Amino acid sequence: MNEAVPWPLPGPATGHVPVLRLGDVLLVTLQGDLYDSTAEQLQRDLAEAIARSGAAGVVIDVSGVDVVDSFLGRILAEIAGQARLLAARTVLVGMRPAVAITLVELGLTLPGLRTALSTEAAMELLTGRAWPARSGGRHRGSP
Amino acid sequence: MPEQAQKTSGSPTPEVRDFLRRRREQIAQRWADEPLFRSVFTVSRDEAVEAGKSVVDALAQVADAERVEDPDAAGFAAVREQLARMGAARSRAGLSTGQVSTELAALRPPVENLLLSDLQGASADHTRASVTVLNVLMGTLRVVVMQTALSEGQSLIDRQRLQLLEVATPVIKLWDGIVAVPLIGTLDSARSQVVMETLLETIVEQQARHAILDITGVPAVDSLVAQHLMKTVAAARLMGAECIVSGIRPAIAQTMVHLGLDLGNVVTRASLADALGYVLHQLGVGIVTPGPNGAVPR
Repeated sequence: MNEAVPWPLPGPATGHVPVLRLGDVLLVTLQGDLYDSTAEQLQRDLAEAIARSGAAGVVIDVSGVDVVDSFLGRILAEIAGQARLLAARTVLVGMRPAVAITLVELGLTLPGLRTALSTEAAMELLTGRAWPARSGGRHRGSP
Repeated sequence: MPEQAQKTSGSPTPEVRDFLRRRREQIAQRWADEPLFRSVFTVSRDEAVEAGKSVVDALAQVADAERVEDPDAAGFAAVREQLARMGAARSRAGLSTGQVSTELAALRPPVENLLLSDLQGASADHTRASVTVLNVLMGTLRVVVMQTALSEGQSLIDRQRLQLLEVATPVIKLWDGIVAVPLIGTLDSARSQVVMETLLETIVEQQARHAILDITGVPAVDSLVAQHLMKTVAAARLMGAECIVSGIRPAIAQTMVHLGLDLGNVVTRASLADALGYVLHQLGVGIVTPGPNGAVPR
């Protein structure tokens, strides 16, 4: 740790994590280190947003997260649980290899959560239709 | 040659040092006839004598520094490499470490006889003290050679272990979005960690939705290996990829059931081909064999 770090730390200390709405899917992008209070706030915000919008799916992008501790792991599992009660499916997107290894070593395999490699794949999983294909599409080998 | 009988009151270590320097030529000549030197320097006897001289010089230097019991003494540095070469040559010839040690022990009696003949006329106490110093010194020489041989072996093992880690974990792209890892050899914690890391990196890099872990080359599956497999599968799932375990041989399947190992809800297939077929089916991709006239059946 650097001794010149100002306190309180700059960043998402007080802020809410924005919840974006794409059709009937809610998109949340987590960035950098998350405070426990911010994570709890997100959990409340999402519950309200799902109830209000009647969204069918929640996509949580964690590709910008370097560290997921047991607390954040539990919050993610709880978000998935409450979303299921509100009839929405949750997909976790873009977890980094190091984070995945840490979570598995911690014993947090998040069994109730769906996962996807990219937001694109998550949208496909939730809406059941292929998102506009990338160039050199995946199904090149099919007859 | 100076008369040593007068120096009966001298301390034994310098006495031995002077003796080694004085008798350098004779000691080297006698050592050249011992099996250790004779079998290493087969081409010319002169070479063996030269090698013997450098060892005697090192011993004299160590005695000079009054560190006869210290295998790390600076004096040994000069001959360490040469001793290692000699030890390695004997090991290559099929001798066990114990036999090399015995050959080294055989270097002591000729020197001791020379020392005793030089000390004729000296007091019994002085003779005994000098012989003791010489014995300790020769013992230290043995320790040095053994130490060098062991550290050589250890560094070889370390190097090979690293090579094994590098060699044994290729991640192969089978299809767009499908990667496979053929696991070969025993899966221990270190290797499964490397496998997991490379697999996860490749999943991100290739945006692979499916990964196949093929354990055809794993000789045995116990609870530890099963746990490593489960961990890898769980980590891949967290990243959004589905993992399939293939290549479970009948005997291994039987052992796993006997041991009560449960892979949980991991998808398993008997062979890599079956696993690939399963994944292609998941992706909605089919492979069709063209008809006799090259037409693709619809």
